[in-house]
Amino acid sequence: MHASVRPAVSVNIPPIVTNAATRETAAALAMRMTVSKVNFFYGTKQTLFDINLGIAANKVTALIGPSGCGKSTLLRTLNRMYETVRDTRLEGEILLDGKSILTQDVTALRRCVGMVFQRPNPFPKSIFDNVAYGLRINGSRVPLSEAVEKSLRRAALWDEVKDHLHKSAYELSGGQQQRLCIARALAVDPEVLLLDEPCSALDPISTAKIEELLVQLKDLCTIVTVTHNMQQAARMSDFTAFLLIGQLIEFNPTPQLFTTPGDPRTEAYITGRFG
Amino acid sequence: MERHFEKDLNELKERLLWMGSLAERSVHQSVHAVLDSDEQLAKRVLEEEDAINELQIEIDDRVVQLLALHQLMASDLRFVLAISRINNDLERIGDQAVNIAQGAQRILRHPRVKPYVDLPRMSELVEEMVRNALNAVVRRDVDLAHKVLATDDQVDHYRDQIFRELLTYMMGDSSVVFPAFELVLAAKNLERIGDHATNIAEDVIYIVQGQDVRHPTVDRR
Repeated sequence: MHASVRPAVSVNIPPIVTNAATRETAAALAMRMTVSKVNFFYGTKQTLFDINLGIAANKVTALIGPSGCGKSTLLRTLNRMYETVRDTRLEGEILLDGKSILTQDVTALRRCVGMVFQRPNPFPKSIFDNVAYGLRINGSRVPLSEAVEKSLRRAALWDEVKDHLHKSAYELSGGQQQRLCIARALAVDPEVLLLDEPCSALDPISTAKIEELLVQLKDLCTIVTVTHNMQQAARMSDFTAFLLIGQLIEFNPTPQLFTTPGDPRTEAYITGRFG
Repeated sequence: MERHFEKDLNELKERLLWMGSLAERSVHQSVHAVLDSDEQLAKRVLEEEDAINELQIEIDDRVVQLLALHQLMASDLRFVLAISRINNDLERIGDQAVNIAQGAQRILRHPRVKPYVDLPRMSELVEEMVRNALNAVVRRDVDLAHKVLATDDQVDHYRDQIFRELLTYMMGDSSVVFPAFELVLAAKNLERIGDHATNIAEDVIYIVQGQDVRHPTVDRR
């Protein structure tokens, strides 16, 4: 064939599947939770203003913003954790799988929507009992030891602790304790896992492990995380919401928000031109 | 609030513009070596090429440092990525100018094929494209960038016209084939310089608006 003859069939470039996620929009996905017109008050002080957003199922959604912007408050509305603080009030609607969470039994809700906090807070019990705790309360259908192993494996902790399950959880390192807390939350098969700055008390290696773990956990549940570390949000989330003084400024797929933000205030915050 | 890498970003831009002015001057000198039969200008272009190449390496190093040390986001990230691409375009413009200058040295060994009419017009247009593209970078001026993009067709038109005309000279008198062919190459190099200017203009639009306007037929979904 003559060298200059062009092939009759155009070249097919095989798609790279992992990159597909960067192109999706929230609209096309199934929503696990929907937040509509939410206003939130501590006493008379309003801290969230007319928040509307959808939490896509089996995705990681990150909430970012400067201190006091309301990101942790918004996270705490998702399993009504705010009710532990006196004199708080929420207006609006939050749905989990189409049902209002505000009218549900709060214990049942928190079983579906688990939470991991900033500082690891294992119970003063053995590693095994920490994970088994929720299973015992809720009544496990599978043998306890099996269920504990499954959760510890999911939290990428099993190989490190399998030989001393009955040691105190306090003997673990900070990063291991945090993964233990994640295992404890996963044990009851939550639909949604909320994380409030889960890595802020951890060293970079433990942080990397938790981030890797959360990305893997997407297959099992929907993840919402609050972080003040923008790089962390960029690395591990599919969607990012930027909040500022109680208002949702921008909610977009993470690659879009960090390369071509739609709002100048987002741009100012993520490029460090703020304040 | 002054950001700690603001100084690095400004220095990066300064170095790029310095490189841009060198590339711009090389184009001007190389074309005028041909148009004014000025061998000295051709020599100067060859002498100044090293400075452009050194700047290319320096700018690349600065880009790598900025990306490695500061997690750049949004318009900062787009700016640095675009600078890296513009850096390559400017270096290529310098190379094309060297090609024209070397061609000038060969052309000057022969009598003039014909009076130059379209070549000076084409070179003015191309020089303006490069100048406007660099000004668009400085001012983040999307309108000016679009003006550069719109000029590209005119440059292509001149190139075709110069090709056709020189072909008739070559067919009529085989003794002019060598210098006429060199002139064809000069027009070709000029046209490529125009292409690099359009690349720079496209990068300006990317910096300012975050839109990739290259290859409009590609499905971006």
